[in-house]
Amino acid sequence: MLHDLLIALTMLTNFTLVATHRVQKSIQVAAFQGVLLGFLPLSMGLWRHTHVLLLAAATILVKGWLIPFLLRRAMRQVQIHREVNPYISYTLSLMLCALGTGISLVLAHNLPLKPGDAHGLFVPAALSTLFTGFLLLVSRRKALTQVVGYLVLENGIYLFGMLLVEQMPLLVETGILLDLFVGIFVMGIVINHIRAAFDSTDTLRMAELKD
Amino acid sequence: MAWLLIALPLFAAAIAFATPSPTVRARILAVTGLLHLGALVGALRGWGTLPPDAWLGLDALGGWVLLVVSVLFLVCALYAPAYLELRPDRDHRIFTGSLLTFLAMASLLAQARHPGLAWVAMETTTLATAPLVYFNRNRRSLEATWKYLLIGSVGIALALLGTLFIAYAAQTGGLSEPLQYSRLMRESALLSKPWLRAGFVLSLVGYGTKMGIAPLHAWKPDAYGESPGIVGALLAGGVTSCAFLALLRIYAVVAAAGEAAFAQELLIGFGLLSMAWALVFMVRQADFKRLLAYSSVEHMGILVLGIGIGGNATRFALFHLAANALVKSVLFLSAGNIHRSYASKTLPFVTGAIRRTPVSGWLFLLGFLAITGTPPFAPFISEFNIAAAALNGGHVWIGAAFLLLLSAIFLGMSDTVLQVVFGTPSHERVRTPYKDTIATTAPLVGALVLALVMGLWLPRPLQEMLDGATRFLGGLP
Repeated sequence: MLHDLLIALTMLTNFTLVATHRVQKSIQVAAFQGVLLGFLPLSMGLWRHTHVLLLAAATILVKGWLIPFLLRRAMRQVQIHREVNPYISYTLSLMLCALGTGISLVLAHNLPLKPGDAHGLFVPAALSTLFTGFLLLVSRRKALTQVVGYLVLENGIYLFGMLLVEQMPLLVETGILLDLFVGIFVMGIVINHIRAAFDSTDTLRMAELKD
Repeated sequence: MAWLLIALPLFAAAIAFATPSPTVRARILAVTGLLHLGALVGALRGWGTLPPDAWLGLDALGGWVLLVVSVLFLVCALYAPAYLELRPDRDHRIFTGSLLTFLAMASLLAQARHPGLAWVAMETTTLATAPLVYFNRNRRSLEATWKYLLIGSVGIALALLGTLFIAYAAQTGGLSEPLQYSRLMRESALLSKPWLRAGFVLSLVGYGTKMGIAPLHAWKPDAYGESPGIVGALLAGGVTSCAFLALLRIYAVVAAAGEAAFAQELLIGFGLLSMAWALVFMVRQADFKRLLAYSSVEHMGILVLGIGIGGNATRFALFHLAANALVKSVLFLSAGNIHRSYASKTLPFVTGAIRRTPVSGWLFLLGFLAITGTPPFAPFISEFNIAAAALNGGHVWIGAAFLLLLSAIFLGMSDTVLQVVFGTPSHERVRTPYKDTIATTAPLVGALVLALVMGLWLPRPLQEMLDGATRFLGGLP
């Protein structure tokens, strides 16, 4: 039952993420979510599989420490502390997140899942986390918070991957984590350039290119 | 051999990154391009003998796409030294490294026999090409890079979810990893249909974002418009072809499971929408690089439309992949030359290119004629046959819409192109040192000649490869 607790916590962190104003806090919460996800395969009693252990360790390392480190470094470099005036207000985001979670629960109930998976929280949690990631991506103006949104989106996909964790080849898992890490690394560099060029990391300013 | 194709460009990337001399570095590109194509031609002989449970290896479809990418890369690599010499102020250490890493990842993708591995390779091509878009290091290219990176990453994340859905479809049916494509296709009867369909839709959206089919192309005009012509050529013919390949692999699994009709409806819808959307933005488009970007949206639409129509059109969609890549390299590179010469890429500043840069002007004009389907260039063959397959296969309305859109796009595009090429040269023009030289035009002439030859004659081994790839897309592993 430990894993249900971890998943429930993950779903709660989604609400914190959409409601938080401070960039530092949203990075912290995203890191916390990453650590929760890292412990998830261990809580499912999969200790015997070496590759699951490796995956858990790598996830905690990358999502809980390396990526937050990169994001925090980017935050210090660009001197951004608050997300001001998001496109969708915090109250509305919270309500949308709640709605999304509700819809995910209903939707997951109606999916043709394997008998063993039908009662778990994995699928609703995956869908609601995906939704939260999208919400952050479209509603936030700062480049850095958009990257947090992308990270949360990936967390949602990772949650769905938990249904397949016993079988997934290690090569593929490693590749996915590595790509996520490098992706956020590159985004961090670009954010730094954005600030140097635009004197702001507000993506609203980047509107020169259009037809 | 499989590893050599991946390791060679990676090794060259490391060397290029460490080389201090810019001229030597630019030559490494050309040498690697030649060696890669040579190694590939050697490796292609064995495409029919791939063991079914291999993780890496060339089959007909992967071999065909990689051949296209490798030829395109060679054209760009031969053009690169002269181009980079024109931009002495730009450090191209990262640029060269990224180009070569892209080639390595394209080789990995083309040879990947497992959907997860293919996904990893596709995502890495996004990351490897992002620094290329930022080559000009100004605000506009930065905006383009950010959009490219973020939209591309989100799109490709959805493709990952689609890949996981397909793995779940297999698990629900009692199949266990490792699930190579060939195994998924052989045992397709066991796959859970709802998950397979959902997986295909997500893969279409995800890889479709990387291909830039409408309405998922938001990054495309910006990325192609703000990056150097050489990057535009590689994105329009290379990265998009890789994404199309990743999508086709999933499509083949869906077709093997007997769900082709469902997938084809979606592909036809996206294909026609892309062409129509591109048409709207091509009319009165003053920026000729953005014009080419919308032309790329159109041709990605033609590719998915061809697969959607099926039958003989499948084969010619694959043929069109090569035709599009070759002609797009001519267009983007000549557009880059004209851009260098005028220090601008918009009307009304750029007019009368045929007098100022005669060779590039002609190449741009011929490239335009070729891509819009003028015989006897290769795109004519594929566009004609896709239309014929649609009309003969009972898709009369789709065939008619396809032909109508093609002619409208010809008219829409010709307006801008003819002004760029033939218009009266503007008096208040900027003086630039750029002049057409052999080094900046010969690779383009080569690509155009190849597109011409392909339109008239295709060697037998290549035809057999196309047949093999078409069979694969029919659902036979």
